[in-house]
Amino acid sequence: MLPTVITICIVALSIALLLNLYRLAKGPTLPDRILALDTMYINTIALIVLLGIMQSSLIFFESAMLIAMMGFVGTVAVSKYILRGDIIE
Amino acid sequence: MPLWVEVTVSVFLLFGAFFALVGSIGLAKLPDFFRRLHGPTKATTLGVGGMILGSMLYFTQMEHQFQFQELLITLFLFITAPASAHIVAKAALHLKVQHKAKHTEQQPEEEQDKEADS
Amino acid sequence: MSHKKRIIPHPVLSLLMLITWMVLNSFSPGHFLLGTFLALLIPYLVQDFWPNAVKVHKPLHLIWYIIKVTGDIMVANFVVAKQILGPSDKLNAAFFDIPLEIENDFTISVLAGTISLTPGTVSADLSPDRKRLIVHALNVNDIEAEINLIKQRYEQPLKEIFECYPQ
Repeated sequence: MLPTVITICIVALSIALLLNLYRLAKGPTLPDRILALDTMYINTIALIVLLGIMQSSLIFFESAMLIAMMGFVGTVAVSKYILRGDIIE
Repeated sequence: MPLWVEVTVSVFLLFGAFFALVGSIGLAKLPDFFRRLHGPTKATTLGVGGMILGSMLYFTQMEHQFQFQELLITLFLFITAPASAHIVAKAALHLKVQHKAKHTEQQPEEEQDKEADS
Repeated sequence: MSHKKRIIPHPVLSLLMLITWMVLNSFSPGHFLLGTFLALLIPYLVQDFWPNAVKVHKPLHLIWYIIKVTGDIMVANFVVAKQILGPSDKLNAAFFDIPLEIENDFTISVLAGTISLTPGTVSADLSPDRKRLIVHALNVNDIEAEINLIKQRYEQPLKEIFECYPQ
């Protein structure tokens, strides 16, 4: 039963990532694209967690954690750049 | 693995996948930027939270030892999601992104200009 | 800034850092020692950047607040999911300002975070004078009622927990 559920979840997340990609490509504004990238990061974390369950391995946890941190820092850095024209003042 | 664990893990995973998908549908479907902001900040964050709970339960069962490292990711996401939503919204106000929402009291854009000038 | 350096500037932060270190690594005496060392050293080195320590006046209220917000997040998500999947033309989006009573930076951050995670509202900006929080709502019909709800449900408890005024 669990493998079927994982397959369903992976399909759902792939659709979600495609929708994010659509928003990333279409825009129309810069904040829309930042938001799409941020959502892609979060969906990727979910996908990695699923991969971890699929392979019964705890090793994926660390990459999920790293992506969570990098995603947040990236989003803040780009937004900050828009706001101030500079990242580190 | 006992059946009830499998069922609970499955419920958590499906719950998480559903909300992650709803958040992304909101991002793709809603008409203007500030409405799109609502999907990813709430639904997607909860979606990942649900998935991680399922994963925690699964590994606790597999390793016969309580695993709560993954809770750190959930905690981290729940702290950072509002912060990143806030700063993206601030950037959008700064760029004067078009929106259909009606304003009450003050106009946020004017304040933003004052702040940017100072 | 010339206030005296304290040995343990943020005891709660140090404890949290130690717990995080132990969870990320393993529960062994070696990691306990290393974690304790780092948890004491890092807050000491960065204390000049954090002049005001956060004081929790009512820890029990804080726990109750966390439980309440967790419940609200669940409800909020079902509401938002319904609104996203339903027809989006009917949604009545609006910006509105919430006048703030709280003054502390940390408290305002917690309130803004709570607003972003709970029903249909995202905090978008703080006015330059720190008196008003600009909020965007996905679907709101009665703005006054929404402001009052947020003030009563979230701001009042936060004020009691983190800011102690003579009453």
